[in-house]
Amino acid sequence: MIRIEILGPGCANCERLYRNTERAVKELGLDCELEKITDLNVIMGYRIMSTPALAINGELKFFGRVPSVEQLKEILS
Amino acid sequence: MSASPTRLPRLLVSLAGALLLWVALYGVLQRAATWLTRDLLGLDASTHLASAVEFFVFEVPKVLLLLTLVVFGVGVIRSFFTPERTRAILAGKRESVGNVLAAALGIVTPFCSCSAVPLFIGFLTAGIPLGVTFSFLISAPMVNEVALALLFGMFGWKVAALYLGTGLAVAIVAGWVIGRLRLERHVEPWVYSMAPGDAGLPDHRTTWEERLGCGLDAVRGIVGKVWPYVLIGIAVGAGIHGWVPENFMASIMGRGAWWSVPLAVLIGVPMYSNAAGIIPVVHALLEKGAALGTVLAFMMAVIALSLPETIILRKVLKPALIAVFLGVVTAGIVLVGYLFNWLL
Repeated sequence: MIRIEILGPGCANCERLYRNTERAVKELGLDCELEKITDLNVIMGYRIMSTPALAINGELKFFGRVPSVEQLKEILS
Repeated sequence: MSASPTRLPRLLVSLAGALLLWVALYGVLQRAATWLTRDLLGLDASTHLASAVEFFVFEVPKVLLLLTLVVFGVGVIRSFFTPERTRAILAGKRESVGNVLAAALGIVTPFCSCSAVPLFIGFLTAGIPLGVTFSFLISAPMVNEVALALLFGMFGWKVAALYLGTGLAVAIVAGWVIGRLRLERHVEPWVYSMAPGDAGLPDHRTTWEERLGCGLDAVRGIVGKVWPYVLIGIAVGAGIHGWVPENFMASIMGRGAWWSVPLAVLIGVPMYSNAAGIIPVVHALLEKGAALGTVLAFMMAVIALSLPETIILRKVLKPALIAVFLGVVTAGIVLVGYLFNWLL
């Protein structure tokens, strides 16, 4: 089971990334756990400065941007 | 990326078309506004109503057009900067040079107020001095692209340049002062215990298509959000323009009233509005005899210091440092106000 974390304190961009990821996951038919991480200590644990960011199974994939659903599908698969 | 390279030419052609349309529209605005008010609505040009209506139908499309262009441009420019790159530029710079650079980079680095805390920690753990970090955090909201576009549109390039220059100056000096005061002990101690370093991901290579997309996203996001404020602001402005008598504001907000600058700033600090709503009102006040310095100080206080950002920063700053931050920036804005009233 894959665990996807959306990292960000919860502003509009973080919400946008969450929705895009949700759609990408649905369109790919992935079996995964999608989680919003707003805890700063966890976010800073990934050593990032710009949010939102996305991590899969604890591995950071990108930060500081909101990719499109198409781009996310490529990253996730 | 999956985006096919063939989409870029098409995007460029539609953007060029949009620009042509923009220029054409901008060129006929004044005539269209006059025609609409006098011929179509048949209003007598000498009445208050005609003057207010003409102001409204001219300013609304003008401001929205300028806003769209500037927000798009800034969105594209910002795609060349990231907080990570800015941090790399600032790390290892001497304090005074660092303050200047940080204030300048604060304008172009994309940054939303909710990432203020990760950014603050990222800067400090990379060894960037506290004062330099503050120069960045002050300039980022203070020199605002929406404000710049509106000031340019309603007052011309001189006032826009003054706003840019003094906004930068306040950020540089306030950051420098905070650095000199040696306030590091008023940063929450856990900040310095965070592990330094970066995520270790390779830089994402941004294509031109993505950069132009950033510009369009910015237009959709920012113009889509602020247009109601522009409308309300210009409506209030139109009312003032039409009905408030000439020089009415001179006694309250004019140059003669020394107390008007600190008062305007004190009222402005707790107010948190966006530039889009405040500037049309400011424009109308100025017409009726308010002094430019007073009005500029009021606007800066409203835009630069916001309660939400202060609350977010409380996570990493002790109250004493927050107080110094608010105090130094407020003092800087008051000085700018006096300077302008005295100069102009």
